[in-house]
Amino acid sequence: MEAQLQELKTQALDKITAASTVKELNDVRVAYLGKKGPITDLLKGMGKLPAEERPKMGALVNVVREEVTTQLEGRMVILEEEAINQKLQSETIDITLPGRPVKTGNPHPLTRVVEEIEDLFISMGYEVAEGPEVEKDYYNFEALNLPKGHPARDMQDSFYITEDILLRTHTSPVQARTMEAKGGEPIKIICPGKVYRRDSDDATHSHQFTQIEGLVIGEDIRMSDLKGTLSVFAKKMFGDDREIRLRPSFFPFTEPSVEMDISCFKCGGSGCNVCKKTGWIEILGAGMVHPNVLEMAGYDSKRLTGFAFGMGPERIAMLKYGVEDIRHFYTNDVRFLSQFQRTEL
Amino acid sequence: MLVSINWLKDYVNTQQLPPAELGEKITRSGIEVDAVIDRSHGMTNIVVGYVESCVKHPEADKLSICQVNVGEETTQIICGAPNIAAGQKVIVARPGAKLPGDIKIKKAKLRGEESHGMICSLQELGIEGKLVPKAYAEGIYVLPEDAETGSDVLTNFDLNDTVLELGLTPNRADAMSMIGVAYEVGAILSEEVKLPEISYKEASDTAASMLTLNVDAPEANPLYVAKVVRNIKVQESPMWLQQRLMSAGVRPHNNVVDVTNYILMEYGQPLHAFDYDLLETGNITVRHAKEGEMITTLDDAERKLSGHQLVITNGEKPVAIAGVMGGADSEVSEATTTVVIESAYFESGSVRQTSKDHGLRSDASSRYEKGVDPNRVIPAAERAAQLLSELAGGEVLAGSVVFDELNKEEKIVKVSPDFINSRLGMKISFEDMWDILNRLKFNTEAANGQLVISVPTRRQDIQIPEDVIEEIARLYGYDEIPATLPEAETTPGGLTPYQAKRRIVRSLLEGAGLLQATTYSLTSEKSAKQFALEETETTRLLMPMSEERSILRQSLLPHLLESVTYNTARRMDSVALYETGSVFLKGDDELLNEQEHLAVAITGLWLDNSWQGEKKPVDFFVLKGIVETLGTKLGVQLTFERGQMDDLHPGRTAFIMLDGHRIGVIGQLHPSEQKERDLKTTVVMELNLALLLNIETAALLYTPVPRYPSMSRDVALVLSKIVEAGTIETVIRNAGGKLLKDVRVFDLYEGDKMEEGKKSVAFSLTYFDPEKTLTDEEVINAHEKVLAALTEVGAELRS
Repeated sequence: MEAQLQELKTQALDKITAASTVKELNDVRVAYLGKKGPITDLLKGMGKLPAEERPKMGALVNVVREEVTTQLEGRMVILEEEAINQKLQSETIDITLPGRPVKTGNPHPLTRVVEEIEDLFISMGYEVAEGPEVEKDYYNFEALNLPKGHPARDMQDSFYITEDILLRTHTSPVQARTMEAKGGEPIKIICPGKVYRRDSDDATHSHQFTQIEGLVIGEDIRMSDLKGTLSVFAKKMFGDDREIRLRPSFFPFTEPSVEMDISCFKCGGSGCNVCKKTGWIEILGAGMVHPNVLEMAGYDSKRLTGFAFGMGPERIAMLKYGVEDIRHFYTNDVRFLSQFQRTEL
Repeated sequence: MLVSINWLKDYVNTQQLPPAELGEKITRSGIEVDAVIDRSHGMTNIVVGYVESCVKHPEADKLSICQVNVGEETTQIICGAPNIAAGQKVIVARPGAKLPGDIKIKKAKLRGEESHGMICSLQELGIEGKLVPKAYAEGIYVLPEDAETGSDVLTNFDLNDTVLELGLTPNRADAMSMIGVAYEVGAILSEEVKLPEISYKEASDTAASMLTLNVDAPEANPLYVAKVVRNIKVQESPMWLQQRLMSAGVRPHNNVVDVTNYILMEYGQPLHAFDYDLLETGNITVRHAKEGEMITTLDDAERKLSGHQLVITNGEKPVAIAGVMGGADSEVSEATTTVVIESAYFESGSVRQTSKDHGLRSDASSRYEKGVDPNRVIPAAERAAQLLSELAGGEVLAGSVVFDELNKEEKIVKVSPDFINSRLGMKISFEDMWDILNRLKFNTEAANGQLVISVPTRRQDIQIPEDVIEEIARLYGYDEIPATLPEAETTPGGLTPYQAKRRIVRSLLEGAGLLQATTYSLTSEKSAKQFALEETETTRLLMPMSEERSILRQSLLPHLLESVTYNTARRMDSVALYETGSVFLKGDDELLNEQEHLAVAITGLWLDNSWQGEKKPVDFFVLKGIVETLGTKLGVQLTFERGQMDDLHPGRTAFIMLDGHRIGVIGQLHPSEQKERDLKTTVVMELNLALLLNIETAALLYTPVPRYPSMSRDVALVLSKIVEAGTIETVIRNAGGKLLKDVRVFDLYEGDKMEEGKKSVAFSLTYFDPEKTLTDEEVINAHEKVLAALTEVGAELRS
């Protein structure tokens, strides 16, 4: 019986080693250790042994059974791992295939520029003011120190609807309206919007374009405050190392008037094609609010002073992004529009 | 304004500054120099030649063989100009010469004959064709007989010169003259200005003996000076004069016209010369035109005059439109022997209006419009008399015929140094201010701590203290202004709720995959009302530039769809665009009713994940989903009502409703409209965004997260095809009681397994009680009521 037991053990261990799948190994378990297996049979047959042999024999059977069980479990761990590996292997995907597209759009490049400027001035305490695109001659011109017949009206050829109603030629009427509404109180606003002028559309002209203007009115507002404000704007918008310079200019609604140049953000001032070799790029017009404009809106120009500035988002977008033709902003070619997706931060 | 630096030096010392540096100084102190133009264009080796002989080329009709003395030698040059002749002094580019446009002159053989150089036209020297005197416009330029053979043409012709092109703002009318620019440069460089010295011999007869003057419109013409010059010889001007006019962009004509133009450029004072004999009456009367009166102007155009327009007459009929253009009848010609020179002050508004009426802008009118210097009217007339006696051999009659009611006093502006500094945020010393005002030649006195400034009449732009501040600041240097920030109380700043919500709408739409477009507000009659949400009259521009851009749009979709077609025509088949912008409706008052709208247009594939086999073309429901989400995001309840609109698919169109009002439309384009626009299936939406954004939404309060489970029941119904799911949903909601929390369509079947004219719609109903766990019985009770209601409306339960 002992020899029979050893024989069984050898057989079982061979089969365990030979089993190559979890299923085969389970079959081995059932065959040798199951209720109908030979080891169980041996244990059942112990009753026939003499009583003194039974403990010895019982211990021997248990040893064999434990050894077979241990081997089998060890083998099982290996085979299970192999099985998992095989499954994982078969589940491998081609990770170079494209991902499921996430549908995203983006703002128009002009909106992008306008919102950037809005946010910048909002952070400096400005409110955003808007007004009608179809305007009264009074707000578009007269309230801005441009009476009928003023030669400076030629600077802005206009689309009239009636003698007194026109498409606004700048966003300045929003300033005039805000001043009138504020009734002599301090103001800090930024005014974005569409404007219209009688220009034939070409690479650098558009009969419709956008403007964004700022107006600050308060006690003791000085020209140095204008320069400081524009300097902060230039650095935030075009980079910390931007220098600004002011040049005298003329606008009927400001006195003194200036144009602001920034040091070229491409070449840093050494001269390139963006700045036309001058090192400077003209960005905006500005000035101290003309006393006539203040008085017409009911402000005491002796007590309150102010500054105003205005710029063209098209020009800024063209400079910033290197766009060569203003018409791109109005054609809505998706190959153009979709380029303004990513952040620049 | 084109300013020749050589000419400018007559009046002011430019300190030998290189032209670019001078230009930069002018720009930085107030007048923008747009261009610095080198008139020599790098030309070399161009000399005066004397044509000793000139014969026809035996092999070519149009060519001449010339023997030309060029100083050192006589050389053969072939010339193709029609006006070449022996005995002429001409411009010769010698072999090795450089001409503008990178042209190098070499020895050449033309039809077998050697040519040692080229005889040049003025155009070949880089002068614009429209500036070349008419006599030489089609050929070579002929120099005066006294030009020295072999001498350098660039020197002779004063082409070693640089022109500064000034971009003048309307306020700086004073710089529309050489003398005005000299004052500016003098102020910048601290140099004195030297005015022309005027002297000439007068005849014993007086101008008044030949000419009488009446001014019947003294408001429009407060000063009129006429001088009479007789025995003149009208001929070509001397070279220096022609050259200077060309440098200023004026074409030389004859000595009389050239003198008036020269003085226009020099003084900024327009002059006009009449042929005295052609005036016929020996009288000049300035008056308003009679309505309908006619005049033929110098440009040979016949013009009808109106009552508000000022004219110069000979007492009977108009001979010039005042300040705008002379008449052809009294034009100076070679036959003229006596001229009347007019120098006048015409009121700017009158000239501006007249010039606008006739669409005529001349060098004269553009100066009158901006206001000429009252104190230069008389000197300009005197200067003309001097030059005509010098250059045309004229005899100037004594005195002038004058009407003068013009105020020529200088404006006084008072300003304190403290005021100047407080407005600038600077600390400029009194001495520096004093010095700047002196450099500007503003007579200034100091009294009671104030600067009392007499502003010269040439500077009509200086009216108020702020104007003086600008003068001081610009000449002191804008670079010296410190950078500060306003010291006022800080304010919070920010967007209005409307503006903030507009940004939310944008980001929602962009997140959903739409690109923001921007289109034009001006459109054509045809597109103005297509897809408009309201019926109103259209608004047309008074003077549109084209029919395409003549009307204000009443909807955004037509242009947005044009953009879609633009893209599909370029093989971008899937396009999803949105735009926010104003539409313009007729309003109650004179201003229009501007409404901000939102429009969306989508075409092609909405979802394209082709390798995984997922492709979904756009349809009505894609866009409806976006609109629904928009409502959710803004906290408003948007509903949809079946509707019809021209150019939209009659079965696939709905109005977007808010509180029972139509605020928008959504639908698929009508197949014929799609065809018209060359589009495949395209779904569009437009709504009144302003209405939506103006709704104040309630404060957001949280609803407790459910603590008890909900239960759902599904029902599949067989319905007639014409019954809408929305109707059934309403039936269910009404019947479901307060336990019914949600109803959702989860399946629609219209396939062959259905009886003809029927469809199956399956709803999922969710029951929920926030207070406790629902019992089966409660759900069954509620659901029974729903089923009963459904049966009542004829919906069959699908087995």
